[in-house]
Amino acid sequence: MTVADAHRAILAVWRIEQPRLITRLARMLRDAPLAEELTQEALLAALERWPDSGVPTAPGAWLMATARRRALDHLRRRRMLQRKHAMVAQDMEAEQQTMPDLDSALDDDIGDELLRLIFTACHPRLPRQARAALALRMICGLTTKEIAKAFLLPEATIAQRIARAKRTLAESGLAYETPRGKALAERLSSVLEVVYLIFNEGYAATRGEDWLRPQLCSEALRMGRVLTAVAPHEPEAHGLLALMELNASRAAARTDAEGELVLLADQNRALWDQLQIRRGLQALGRARQLGGARGSYALQAAIVACHAQAKTAADTDWPGIAGLYAELAAVVHSPVVALNRAVAVGMADGPDVGLAMVEELMGEPALKAYHLLPSVRGDLLQKLGRYNEARAEFEAAAALTGNHREQNLLRRRAAQAAEAATPP
Amino acid sequence: MRFMTFVTSAHSASPTPELIEAMHKLRDREIKAGRMLDDGGLTPLAAGAQVRIAKGELSVIDGPFVEAKEVVGGYAIFDLRNKEEAVALAVEFMQLHKDFMPDWEGTCEVRAFAGP
Repeated sequence: MTVADAHRAILAVWRIEQPRLITRLARMLRDAPLAEELTQEALLAALERWPDSGVPTAPGAWLMATARRRALDHLRRRRMLQRKHAMVAQDMEAEQQTMPDLDSALDDDIGDELLRLIFTACHPRLPRQARAALALRMICGLTTKEIAKAFLLPEATIAQRIARAKRTLAESGLAYETPRGKALAERLSSVLEVVYLIFNEGYAATRGEDWLRPQLCSEALRMGRVLTAVAPHEPEAHGLLALMELNASRAAARTDAEGELVLLADQNRALWDQLQIRRGLQALGRARQLGGARGSYALQAAIVACHAQAKTAADTDWPGIAGLYAELAAVVHSPVVALNRAVAVGMADGPDVGLAMVEELMGEPALKAYHLLPSVRGDLLQKLGRYNEARAEFEAAAALTGNHREQNLLRRRAAQAAEAATPP
Repeated sequence: MRFMTFVTSAHSASPTPELIEAMHKLRDREIKAGRMLDDGGLTPLAAGAQVRIAKGELSVIDGPFVEAKEVVGGYAIFDLRNKEEAVALAVEFMQLHKDFMPDWEGTCEVRAFAGP
């Protein structure tokens, strides 16, 4: 086994234990960001010791003991400052005396504590990008290096984002608190927003060479599953999970062998992941059971579910999708939703009707630099046989997107429109 | 990456209550961690059947199965970052057997799904 192999194996073991480590330490220290640092220190200790000593029989207990010892040191240092901490430290020392049993690790119900951590990492006071980085680190146990790689950013940038976010939390006294009552709904939507942001950056990368960054999708999906487990009564958590599972089910069909994009209508539906579709439909059913059918994530999931259940592109229930978009537009006042609705209406009632809806969005300031506006317009114009106008729209769209693969697709479509415009 | 793990054993004795409880807790933790997508335990081969091709002949064997061969007892499907995580989980799962059913012997196979 090479050193790199050994490190990967240790990292894998640590990651399995990480949620329990961080939640336990956060509870002891009443400080989630500090808890996160100490779990990382426990990882470093394991990386130092285990290659020689071998992985212990109960690695979780070893990591917990190591992390606790460090937490205790911290509290001892602070003992003179605050009596409260001294008392916590005494409790901890008593706890330290009892040897951990083998199964105690599995007896811990960390749900509530984990939810608190998620709320802390995704605090609305933090900038969105910082929330995403902090969540990936605290909830998924990703290293700064891995997060930087996933977002195609320099490691120093991510490290700085995380450090600044932690400082903000500490200085505002938000390092350890649980929202209740009315605040809970607002905070939950902040969490869902961050998870969806991470998913989307993986699902339709705004930058870089590749269209898909599957790792970000997987991390977001895992976070979504954690959320539905620790907040099982929140319909929108299930709605978001449904939306992500259903979208991710098409991942393998969305790019061809060269990594180029394949549009929904042209995808090989045999490549759609049926296990994931089943899970998505289940989560959507749960959201509806909880009375959340009209939640924005649940409605979006319902739209994707229509696609997932269509055996061929021609079988797609476009009137149904257009109806769901109308409902969604009533809940979310977003020009992007209005644009998507125009696409569905174009399919259900004809491209001229869809185009009329797109024309109404032309002056929308929020869509000024949005490449999908000219892209959708081009598609509708193409269907109406107005090829020259379509070509110009596809070219404009290609100039607006920062993703290389998407640019290729839009240029291909512009070329097709140009070809159709030239009489044979 | 998606992995399937499945356990094979020649042991016909059912797991001890302690082992069942420990496995339930592990399962619960893995579902809550968003890693386990699906799982299932299988009843003994005696309640099932084998459809076999040997020497060009297709036959249905509905029991009795006398030979104490290794049979699959259950499976789980995981969404994980890499093989190391799958192995770490399998080690933890098998350690439970060692702790709670000391005379048990068997194999947990870790396999990555084929595909893109």
